[in-house]
Amino acid sequence: ESKSFAMGMFQGRISTEQVFPYPSVLTEEQAQFLKQLVGPVSRFFQEVNDPAANDSLEQVEDRTLQGLKELGAFGLQIPPELGGLGLSNTQYARLVEIVGMHDLGVGITLGAHQSIGFKGLLLYGTPQQKEKYLPRLATGETIAAFCLTEPASGSDAASIRTTARPSPCGSYYTLDGGKIWISNGGLADLFTVFAKTPVKDEATGEVKEKITAFIVERAFGGVTHGPPEKKMGIKASNTAEVHFEGVRVPTENVLGPLGAGFKVAMNILNNGRFGMAAAMAGTMRGILGKAVEYAANRTQFGDKIHNFGTIQEKLARMAMLHYVTESMAYMISANMDQGATDFQTEAAISKIFGSEAAWMVTDECIQIMGGMGFMKEAGVERVMRDLRVFRIFEGTNDILRLFVALNGFQSAGNRLRVLQRALKTPLGNAALLSREAASRLRRTAGLGSGLTLKDVVHPDLDPSAKQLVHAVDLFGATVEGQLLKYGKKIIDEQFVLMRVADAAIDLYTMAVLLSRASRSLAQSHPTAQHEKLLCETWCDEAYKRLSTSLSTLNTDGARQTFRNLRGISRAVVENGGVVSPNPLGF
Amino acid sequence: SSAPPQETIRTALAMGADRGVHVEIPAPEYETIGPFQVAKILAALAKKEGVSLVLLGKQAIDDDCNQTGQMTAAGLALQGTFASELTLEGQQLTVEREIDGGLESIRLKLPAVVTADLRLNEPRYATLPNIMKAKKKKIEVLKASDLGVDLTSRLSVQSVQEPSQRQAGLKVETVEDLVGKLKERGLI
Repeated sequence: ESKSFAMGMFQGRISTEQVFPYPSVLTEEQAQFLKQLVGPVSRFFQEVNDPAANDSLEQVEDRTLQGLKELGAFGLQIPPELGGLGLSNTQYARLVEIVGMHDLGVGITLGAHQSIGFKGLLLYGTPQQKEKYLPRLATGETIAAFCLTEPASGSDAASIRTTARPSPCGSYYTLDGGKIWISNGGLADLFTVFAKTPVKDEATGEVKEKITAFIVERAFGGVTHGPPEKKMGIKASNTAEVHFEGVRVPTENVLGPLGAGFKVAMNILNNGRFGMAAAMAGTMRGILGKAVEYAANRTQFGDKIHNFGTIQEKLARMAMLHYVTESMAYMISANMDQGATDFQTEAAISKIFGSEAAWMVTDECIQIMGGMGFMKEAGVERVMRDLRVFRIFEGTNDILRLFVALNGFQSAGNRLRVLQRALKTPLGNAALLSREAASRLRRTAGLGSGLTLKDVVHPDLDPSAKQLVHAVDLFGATVEGQLLKYGKKIIDEQFVLMRVADAAIDLYTMAVLLSRASRSLAQSHPTAQHEKLLCETWCDEAYKRLSTSLSTLNTDGARQTFRNLRGISRAVVENGGVVSPNPLGF
Repeated sequence: SSAPPQETIRTALAMGADRGVHVEIPAPEYETIGPFQVAKILAALAKKEGVSLVLLGKQAIDDDCNQTGQMTAAGLALQGTFASELTLEGQQLTVEREIDGGLESIRLKLPAVVTADLRLNEPRYATLPNIMKAKKKKIEVLKASDLGVDLTSRLSVQSVQEPSQRQAGLKVETVEDLVGKLKERGLI
């Protein structure tokens, strides 16, 4: 049975293990080392890096890039014996947070290199591959890039057309194809490339085209790249097309098992998502500081504007969005450091939530600053432009929502199948069935299924904990209801899936906040009461939001709305845009 | 230093030093210790380690004593100086000093004690790999008594006085008021 909280809630269960208590995974020594790193990295970004210059130059300034290499920023998670710092995910998150606070363009240059560019080597590399490549990747002497996306293959990554044909002698593959929008594409000398390869099924003897991952050196020959793309944001980071023409890749450069490339790609992305949440938490920390500085000093109508309710609501919501994202980032990094294997739903939620939260926070910062916020000089518009792509790349938030919902439905479906099987031999499964029957009876009687968080949530947060328990009950029942209604066809019900995903996100954020605020209260942190306020307010709103959404999901009204939306969309598409004429008639 | 000493030494190790020595001063003696005692410790350490060039700060930013370097030099019978530039050629040391109205160049023979002036050097960044390597470098912990240094203070504080408080001023509305007040106090 999965230990993932998010998976559990789709079955109406509360799996506390990964969420409560809020995990602390750093050893004394790791914490001490990390504290020593935070200073120099912060100082580098305050004193050497110039985000405005990087943005207008559309590349990271040379001295900054050189400085980052010397600093060791290109090999944060590479093992020390191979020249890196050997940071855990939690330690990495703390440093990425600093990068996210100062310069997202630099963040992508670093992230495209180590969070996806060579992450495959760390996860799947053979000892020989690691020894050969990681030392020069750690120093930044070689920069890496991750090549998945193609002109005809975006969210549907399984549809790539790049091919790798095995040579008759079996010693190499010939790689042909084009990849687009590759971060670091113009800088990299080493590429993790995904291509279709013929794979023979050992059982049937049938040969099928399957995706395989390869480590490709630019030096192999036949690797070219296009000019840097002109972009809305993260201009400092290099984005380019990368072409492979008759590239001979030695067989020993196959990364992971032959034909397992799709899984390799998804795992690399899964393992990197917490880093994005950490970066976004840093961005929000910085932006909230800017908004507060302005609101606390700007006088209008004879008062500092932070005294007005309109501004107070904005600042409060910004603080909550930051607190949620930060709490999730470090919970997931800790889960990963604890060796959890089932965290992909949580990681996807953190990427969705973090990128949207940072967008809202930055948007509101500009709004608080008014005209000043719109000026380049204030340095916030750049952040807004940089942030936009975080909702698009590494799995669009829309695809990730489907992923969250479908993963959940799958686990709920598996559980239902177990129950169905158990029902066929009720005597042998009496315990399971009576437990299930009891919880269903209680739920139907409006008593709740008997779930409780009493032992893990601080008593001061009891009302919020009760809301979470009730919400999990409602969510589990809704998911089951939808499954019984649609069966396998649930995958086509995207209107439903989106709403279920949103509710799942709300649920997970509630649990994470309850956990973190409980720890702060239990340990009497100086900010515990403030955190309690953040937690209670967030949980109350999230609870209301998700219960309204879920309780209307099955109504005729909701179905009518979905039909209407579909109809409007069809009409707009048929008309090539707006359907109705101008009200003036011309 | 009053910052956690091992942390400060680790930073120096991360910046390139090969090993560190931490001379522990117990809390009661730390209260009374001054440049004289510190200089004796440094001189004893330099002798013990056979150091040929002792580089020290010119003065601390809290008590501004500007004595430790000179006293250390006296203890070693070597020369002390303020350096804004330093060149080492073999056993020859050229020191540039900022003096009133210009620069003074001095040539010294090693061994020597040199104190660093403000503009001598921008400290380099401690890189992350070096911070990691610094974890493994040795820090030797000694007591002053291990070096044969007596920490007893020769100073006695006679009295400590706060500077006299300024009296609050007062606002006057008109010129007449001002003249009146000044006359009242016999100032005009």
